[in-house]
Amino acid sequence: MLGVLIVIMLVAAYLAGGMNSSWKDISAAAVGSCTDAVELGIFLAGSMALWGGLMRIAERSGIASAIGRLLSPLIRRIFKGLNGSDEASKAVSLNLTANLLGLGNAATPTGIKAVRMLDKHRYAKRNTAMLTVLNTASIQLIPVSIGALRAAHGSTSPFEIMPAVLVTSLASAAVGCIFAGVLYGGGDDDEAD
Amino acid sequence: MKLTDMVVPLVIGCILLWGLVRKVNITEEFTAGAAQGLRDAAELVPILVLLMTAVGMFTASGAADIISSIFGNAAQKLGFPQECLPLVLIRPVSGSGALAAADRLLTTISPDSFEGRVASVLMASTETTFYTIAVYSGALRKKAGSRIFIAAAAADITGFVLSALTVRLMFR
Repeated sequence: MLGVLIVIMLVAAYLAGGMNSSWKDISAAAVGSCTDAVELGIFLAGSMALWGGLMRIAERSGIASAIGRLLSPLIRRIFKGLNGSDEASKAVSLNLTANLLGLGNAATPTGIKAVRMLDKHRYAKRNTAMLTVLNTASIQLIPVSIGALRAAHGSTSPFEIMPAVLVTSLASAAVGCIFAGVLYGGGDDDEAD
Repeated sequence: MKLTDMVVPLVIGCILLWGLVRKVNITEEFTAGAAQGLRDAAELVPILVLLMTAVGMFTASGAADIISSIFGNAAQKLGFPQECLPLVLIRPVSGSGALAAADRLLTTISPDSFEGRVASVLMASTETTFYTIAVYSGALRKKAGSRIFIAAAAADITGFVLSALTVRLMFR
């Protein structure tokens, strides 16, 4: 998918280059952008190291599992047929915690485990859709990488966007859950997709 | 002084302090996690080189401006800055691509401007939706149904519209 995206961008660049005769600029960007990529990597590396280290302490000291416990009533409410303490609920809670804390590494594997668990329960499709929208709404407590990016570009207050981010994520998660709830209905999961 | 300026320093202090209280070897665990973070960043760079080159050429050619002007009217009606439109197109497909596009955007627009803040909120409050759906349906060896795309797209569109609205309401 990424390869297709890159080719689309390049073809669009050539078309626009033909229209605007901006080949000189395109050429400069083609040669110079690789340095920007490494620079961006360096900026991100610092904050990824800092938060990677802190989040590992959070995991080891029980902060992550405490957040998981706080989530359990919410999980019972959003996911149909889970009682909050079964294996599927635990897997969902681990995944949501990983997302909340911005543990990029843990988010995908815990998500895969969670959808596999949900798949064994009733309402599998509905619950998988719920997990997907909760994941793609990107609810996170501290937007680490965008904070680093803002700081790198000279923001005077890199994390001033936090309240706006939280409101936006929560609202889009809510809209996603409402849509999933309506589309998958209250019934069981036997119907074809 | 903004309240949000206190959050990050306090979170760092609380995590370290709680680690000490729970007798976690904080230096050892921190280093292990930080080393993993550095490896992750290093692994991200090779694809960023390709993506930044593509995004750089795309932006320099004027193609990004053409797209922005095509959808600009509709965006403006929603109160959405047209500079951020290319980001909307890339965000659901590729996380590193969106990162590259956001980096490019913030070199020309101040991160503390309206457009810069909207781009930041949009980046932080949306995800690579198509990728996530692909990974999850792949893990189940099932084809993703259309309903999941509709629900996720509704959530994404809410995220895009609200990123502009929240910035408008919260920063004056």
